[in-house]
This record gives sequence, structure tokens and C-alpha cells, in this order.
Amino acid sequence: MRMQGVQIDLISAERLVRMPSMEKIRLILDLVREGTIVILETGLSPEEQSSLIEMTMQEILPDGFSGIEIESYPSKQKSGMFSRLMRGDDEYRRLTVIGPANQLKMIRRDRDLISAWISSR
Amino acid sequence: MPLLPVRTMNMGLSQTFSKILANLFQKKTSRIGIYGPPNAGKTTLANRIAREWSTGQEGMVSEIPHETRRALRSENITITGANGKSITIDIVDTPGVTTKIDYNEFIEYGIARDEAIDRAREATEGVAEAMHWLREDIDGVIYMIDATADPFAQVNIMMVGIIESRKLPVVIAANKTDLPDASPQRIRTAFPQHPVVPISCLTGTKVEELYEEMIRTFR
Ligand SMILES: Nc1nc2c(ncn2[C@@H]2O[C@H](COP(=O)(O)OP(=O)(O)O)[C@@H](O)[C@H]2O)c(=O)[nH]1
Ligand SMILES: [Mg+2]
Repeated sequence: MRMQGVQIDLISAERLVRMPSMEKIRLILDLVREGTIVILETGLSPEEQSSLIEMTMQEILPDGFSGIEIESYPSKQKSGMFSRLMRGDDEYRRLTVIGPANQLKMIRRDRDLISAWISSR
Repeated sequence: MPLLPVRTMNMGLSQTFSKILANLFQKKTSRIGIYGPPNAGKTTLANRIAREWSTGQEGMVSEIPHETRRALRSENITITGANGKSITIDIVDTPGVTTKIDYNEFIEYGIARDEAIDRAREATEGVAEAMHWLREDIDGVIYMIDATADPFAQVNIMMVGIIESRKLPVVIAANKTDLPDASPQRIRTAFPQHPVVPISCLTGTKVEELYEEMIRTFR
């Protein structure tokens, strides 16, 4: 008998930095579509995240895959909303959790704490 | 240098010439995307611009989420300011960013199953287009914010990141100033580096100022 539960994959920064964007996005989406919760040590760039959303939208089906839930720590706040992102990509790329929308619910996101609820299928 | 056959040379010349003419007389059309959270008033503004400056297609203004299901484009709109300066733009009205769409959400609004499935599919296409265009196609952004709500909660860090990395010109529209709890000042404080124009898309108050700012920023 198979053990009941949810698979969680934690992908290291080293591995992420080696992967081309499209390969990274494909891997995340394949894992999430199988019901795996993916935690990235360093998050995606804004462009990668937008590609991930674009591909997610293309793969949504009625009564099938309904999309993803994605959350990461907010980037450190400074004066202006637009300017605080100007100090390099690194601050954007923070720990990120991604999972299937029908299994992963974000409960709380603070500056230093993400609280999520995961249900099995 | 080998001489080109005359016919080819003529063709080449006339092609070059018509290109030069085209560049001289046909102004570049910028594609301006209206981005922002759901219900900020993006479609209301897109419709107003289309109504006031062209004869374009109109989107549905609605409180149903994902009502703007496709990214709607009104093309070749020329906006002329008080001093006679003008810009020619395509306006792209986008749906709010979402990472999930379930047709059952539409059923909750009393829409039949088949229709709900169609709407959900259109909504996914609209979000995909909005994402794709922001990365590849858009030349400038009107970021629409509801001035009655917290500006920080309305900004999508991913979108801001793309706008910054592509160095896209941005005008921030602080909408719904007709409502008593609107606070455009709160939005100005949140975006010190960008032009913020308080407007009411519903009543039309100060939209001329938005047009002037668009001409300055997107020319
Ligand atoms: N009071 C007020 N309501 C507005 C204004 N602009 C839009 N709305 C309303 O806000 C709701 C959402 O508008 P819509 O244009 O569909 O928002 P979108 O989701 O950003 O496209 C509708 O009920 C509009 O009538 C405004 O300037 N003032
Ligand atoms: Mg809309």
C-alpha cells in the first residue's frame, strides 16, 4: 500500500542557477501538476514568474489542473515601490513555495513568515 | 562593383524610398497596456479612452471577477493635448493577474456550466496574453490603482519587476477619486518616482490630466 501524503521537493539555489529559465519552469509545472509542493531556495525572476503564469494558464483544464499557488517573502521595503526593486535581482529572488491551487492554500504572508496549508488530493 | 540589373535596382530604390516616406509620415504607434488589480477600473478607463478618442470596441465593465477575459486592444487611437502635441497608441485592457482559474467560480455567480467553462477558458487566455505582452510587446504602462484601497496591497511585485527591467514608461492612475475615502496622496507617497494622476474614470474628473501625462510620458 502506498503511504498517504504529499510530496515536497526542495530545489537548491545551486541547481536553480544552473538551469535555463524554460527548463526550470517546465520542471516546476510538471512537479506541481503531479501534486508536488515545490520549494525554491531562491525564487524566480519576474520574467520567469510571468512565463510560469503564462504556461500555467495554457494548461488549465475544466475539472483538471486549475492552476498554481505561489508565494515568497516580500522584497525588503524601501521608500518607493518601484525603486526598491532597482537594487538588483537578488532581492527579488527569495525563497518561494509553489503548489497546485487545489491543494495549497496560503494562510498568512508576513515580512518574515509564510504560513501555508497543504491538503492531499 | 558589379552593376545591378536596372529593374532590381529600381525596385530596391523605390522600396527604400517608400520606407523613408513611411517613416516620415507614419508616426510610430506605441502599445500602452493598462495593468493593475481587478476592479481598479481598467476597463472603465479603456472604454472611456476609446469613446473619447476613437470608435473602438468596448469591453464589459463588471464586478464579476475575470470579466475582462481577453486582453482587449483598441488600435490607432490618437490623443491630442491642450498644446496640440499628440500621441498615437494602441490601448490594451488587461485582466488582473491570477495564477488559478476554476470555472466553478463563475457558476457561483449564477452562470450555467457550459458558459462558465467557456468563460474560464477565455479568462486563462486573457491572463496568458497579458503576461506575454508585458514581457514582449508593450511599450508603456498605465498602472491603475484604486485610490480608496491600500496602494501596497495593490502592487504586483512581479509586474513591477518586469516594468523596471524593461524600463517601460509608467503613468500611475489613482482612480475612484469620486469616492469619499479616496486618498491619492497615499498613492503619491508610495510612488515618489512616478507620475501619479488622481482621476475618476466613472465621472471623467481629471481624465484630461491623465491624457496630458500620457502624452508627456509615452511620446
Ligand atoms: N466610484 C467609482 N467606481 C468606478 C470608477 N471606475 C470604475 N469603477 C467601478 O469599479 C468596478 C470595476 O470596474 P472595471 O472597469 O470593470 O475594473 P477592472 O477590473 O479594473 O477592469 C465597476 O463597478 C466600475 O463601475 C470610478 O472612477 N469611481
Ligand atoms: Mg476589466
